[in-house]
Amino acid sequence: MSSAGDGVSSAGDGVSSAGHLLEVKTLGAGYGIVEVLFGVDLVVDQGEVVVVLGANGAGKTTTLRAISGMIAATGQVTFLGESVLGRRPDQLVKRGMAHVPQGRGTVTSLTVEENLRIGAFVRSDEQIESDIEQWFEAFPRLGERRDQLAGSMSGGEQQMLAIARALMSRPKLLLLDEPSLGLAPLVTHEVFDRLREISTSTGTAVLLVEQNANLALDFAARAYVLEAGRIVLSGNAADLQGDAAIQKAYLGV
Amino acid sequence: MKDFLQILLVGIGDGAVYAMLGLGLVVIYRSTGLLNFAQGEMAMFSTFIVWTMWSLGLPMWLAILGGMAGGFCVGALVHQVAVRPVGDPHEKPLAVVIVTIGLFLGVNGAAQLIWGTLDRSMPPLFGRGQVTVFGVAVAWQKIGAVIVLGVMVLLFYLLFQHTKLGLAMRAVASNSESASLVGIPVPRLLMLGWGLAAAVGTVAGVFIAPNLGLGTNLMQLTLIFGFAAITLGGFDSLVGAVVGGFVVGALSSVMPRYITIFEKMPLAPAFILILAVLLFRPEGLFGKKQVTRV
Repeated sequence: MSSAGDGVSSAGDGVSSAGHLLEVKTLGAGYGIVEVLFGVDLVVDQGEVVVVLGANGAGKTTTLRAISGMIAATGQVTFLGESVLGRRPDQLVKRGMAHVPQGRGTVTSLTVEENLRIGAFVRSDEQIESDIEQWFEAFPRLGERRDQLAGSMSGGEQQMLAIARALMSRPKLLLLDEPSLGLAPLVTHEVFDRLREISTSTGTAVLLVEQNANLALDFAARAYVLEAGRIVLSGNAADLQGDAAIQKAYLGV
Repeated sequence: MKDFLQILLVGIGDGAVYAMLGLGLVVIYRSTGLLNFAQGEMAMFSTFIVWTMWSLGLPMWLAILGGMAGGFCVGALVHQVAVRPVGDPHEKPLAVVIVTIGLFLGVNGAAQLIWGTLDRSMPPLFGRGQVTVFGVAVAWQKIGAVIVLGVMVLLFYLLFQHTKLGLAMRAVASNSESASLVGIPVPRLLMLGWGLAAAVGTVAGVFIAPNLGLGTNLMQLTLIFGFAAITLGGFDSLVGAVVGGFVVGALSSVMPRYITIFEKMPLAPAFILILAVLLFRPEGLFGKKQVTRV
């Protein structure tokens, strides 16, 4: 997908002097009276692939939902140099942040093609049609099913569609919530391979949360480890992969 | 045979109006995922707006446009004030449906406060003349209703299937969280859906009022026929609302004529139809079955 290139270069204009695409400080969030996050700090730079690792219930999904404005949160979220805490998700999509929620979140009663088209809702340029065609070339299985309802596709296909749909908005940052959930290992590998190609070719930054640490550390450049709502460890993915404590806790070595 | 045709045509003419009301229900369902029990009362309210403008001396067509605009505002306001604060219809479908029942009473009460309880008379849009086809007399008003219905269906079909806005409305109705995550301003689209449905209701009201007399109970029976129509046609299908409307109209006209027990229970055919559809084909004739693979 070469087409997203111009979107990436223009992203530089809005970035703060610190240079981070996304900067999250002391992020707190929860559901009702149940606090889930207790001050999460993380940054994502332009074009960077970052993973947040953590066990079930550590607060991975909540972190993404708080960043993208799906739930109320406290602290600071700075995106492209602008404070975006309290914005609705649709306002963040306009600014270049796309979120693929857990459980895929395709619109099951729309066709595959309509799902892609709706992904470009914030755009009004001339290249929407050609972008759709490019996705069908990249994922032939989506192309074959372009007029089928999204709900009739397999889990892996829906995951691909959800990612493609999010990228149709030409985001500068893609938030991705456990794409491996419920997928067979082979399918998961395919999803990650595709994701790597896309991120490299378009320069789209990815913030991924995953339980599957092996896979995620192969994929990402940097990683954070989330435990009970706090970041307890961070570093280069390669270093973490070699870290004995990580290996014991998350890699099952 | 001629007698039967006559009754059938009267029924189909009535059915066009049921279809219009059903269309409003389908529009709300497709744009918000909700069944709106206040649809009929909102239509009654905006028909009173038409009547007021007309009795102040405006030409009828201008009064209708004014009533549709007024209805749109009422619908949008109702969404902002009464529906939106209660919550997302996807998360709390029951709560929001109960709100629409409350709205039924609220809008009716408001209309009584403003316009009183007397029935007003409104002239038929297409006059009182009739034309004879194959020896059967058909009122121009009924032919007009069918034509107007056709135009409305076409416009909504174009909106939902061929515009970005329509696609966004369908996405919101199906999955508002996903819609929000692709950048659709969900609250604004829900408001739009309510406004459009209320505007459609105005047209239904304008066609019914000359027959029944314009009072605050104008739509209460008609709404039942409207629900029967979309149950048969499928809650999410524009064409279904039309076919359903015609069938319900025809049944309600023909059955009391030939089966004496229905003479005293004019609503019974509609109810039987609702029950039968829900039993044997819950998604309706043209409705989409929900497909989900895990």
